[in-house]
Amino acid sequence: MSEISPQLGNIHAKLGAKILQSMQPQSDDVIILDRAGLRESFHLLKEQLSFDFLSDITAVDYWRKKEPRFEVVYQIASLKNRSRLRIRVPVPENDPVVDSLTPLWQGANFLEREVWDLYGIRFNDHPDLRRILLYDEFQGHPLRKDYPVNLCQPRVPERHVEGTFVDERSHNKLLRLKKSLAGKS
Amino acid sequence: MKAENQELPTEIMELQMGPSHPATHGTIKFNLKLEGEKVRHCDVEVGFLHRGFDKSCEQATWTQVIPYTDRLNYASSLINNVGYALAVEKLIGAETPPRCQYIRVIISELARLFDHLTCCGMAASELGAITVGFYMIEARELITRIIENLTGARLTVTYVRIGGVKHDLPHDFAEHVTSTFTLVRKLLADCDRLLSRNRIFLDRMSNVGVISQEKALSYSLTGPILRATGVNYDVRKTFPYLVYDQLDFEVPLGSHGDNYDRFLCRIREIEQSMKIVEQALKRLPVGPVWIDDPRFVLPEKEKVYGSIEGLMHHFKIIMEGIQVPAGETYFAVEGGNGELGFYVVSDGGGRPYRLRVRPPCFIAMGAFHEMIQGYMVADIVPTFGMINMIGGECDR
Repeated sequence: MSEISPQLGNIHAKLGAKILQSMQPQSDDVIILDRAGLRESFHLLKEQLSFDFLSDITAVDYWRKKEPRFEVVYQIASLKNRSRLRIRVPVPENDPVVDSLTPLWQGANFLEREVWDLYGIRFNDHPDLRRILLYDEFQGHPLRKDYPVNLCQPRVPERHVEGTFVDERSHNKLLRLKKSLAGKS
Repeated sequence: MKAENQELPTEIMELQMGPSHPATHGTIKFNLKLEGEKVRHCDVEVGFLHRGFDKSCEQATWTQVIPYTDRLNYASSLINNVGYALAVEKLIGAETPPRCQYIRVIISELARLFDHLTCCGMAASELGAITVGFYMIEARELITRIIENLTGARLTVTYVRIGGVKHDLPHDFAEHVTSTFTLVRKLLADCDRLLSRNRIFLDRMSNVGVISQEKALSYSLTGPILRATGVNYDVRKTFPYLVYDQLDFEVPLGSHGDNYDRFLCRIREIEQSMKIVEQALKRLPVGPVWIDDPRFVLPEKEKVYGSIEGLMHHFKIIMEGIQVPAGETYFAVEGGNGELGFYVVSDGGGRPYRLRVRPPCFIAMGAFHEMIQGYMVADIVPTFGMINMIGGECDR
């Protein structure tokens, strides 16, 4: 690493000790941020360095490869300066929590719900942290590397919704299914 | 009868629209809270088509992922192919020859035509303009024939490879495109006469599903939905890739951020896409369509059967897959519905360690409740139609 880009230099000047490491693979600007005070760091990036657009939030599981195990990855962009920045935040396995970015970008809502759903990483102050792609009764978080590809999930009974019209026959079927499931466990 | 007895009940009614509803083409569920016919609250439930795209890709070799990407947004599978190939090539550090880049631009724009024609045609026919729907489907069919002539498949094409495209353009490609575009332009002119100043269509579309510029940016919207609010963000212009910076085209912008502007943005983009294809065909350079690197490109059959090196390369690529150096990268292209990004992590093996797609319509569905709040139940249909949610991409 010989020379850092002027953009990374600016970011270093603003964020200082929050940056654990910065690099430029394939001429992308990447910084690794400390998860303590994450929202303030993003606030600085958004308000003072004009990274006004949140492209994407995702996570990577480095199970048995890296410590800490998870990394939450943010892609942000500045439409005015035509530049992109990737931010990686290491998250340990025993306490998988990071700050939610929903106060800064409302689009973070769905993206963080997806990370919670598939990786089991929680977001502080998220307004509505529910599963999004999978159903509530799903057990485990499938994109973790220790989740086997061919694992079967237990059958769950049909959900009863309060106040809806219930067809007699399907209702009886539901009761039978519930009974048989209760008998098994 | 006294006046107070005639008033409608004002209590909130809960209604579940979907997951299989004839007016929402795609499996999605809206949990609505209604006050009369007004939507007070809308909770969008997605995920009915979730099939574990990310997890499946981690099991496949780098090349085997390409057919999976076809099935993301199947209305513009060629763009998905191109985006994925470009992301992996960025990680490898390879640049494809100019002819390949021009071919990739041409097929991306054909796929965009396909996507926009599907979206506008379906949205129009859902609002009762069945004729326009059929005209646009006819135009789409003409585009499909070009794609079929080129790739041998109509929808899930798997035409692009890492380091090139499957084969060169057929000899009659340029004439085929020119004659088709004449017909498509005629059909679009008919649609324009039928629709763009149609009173019923205007009433259903304009000032419906409005989202402001600040909100659109806050919700990370991209593509025609963002451009309809007047924000000039098109990945092809802002972060140019392939040869888009050498081609002359405009990015149509709206001003109100309503459904009608989204519709107009898409219709104008169709014209721009045709312009790009014509320019690219005129400038199409001669040369190879593959990078010259036996580590990534399957050798020709004569070499496989005629030389030991050819056989070895073939065996290595088929059995172990392409070896992509360890690292991570993000690459975004302009898909039919917005920024289609691929975040790729490799651990140096023959399979992706992590492959993430930034799905533009999943993110658009995250802002849907904001677009529909305060409008009528019937307005859900055009608003949802102009988002062009494709289940394969939204739920992965």
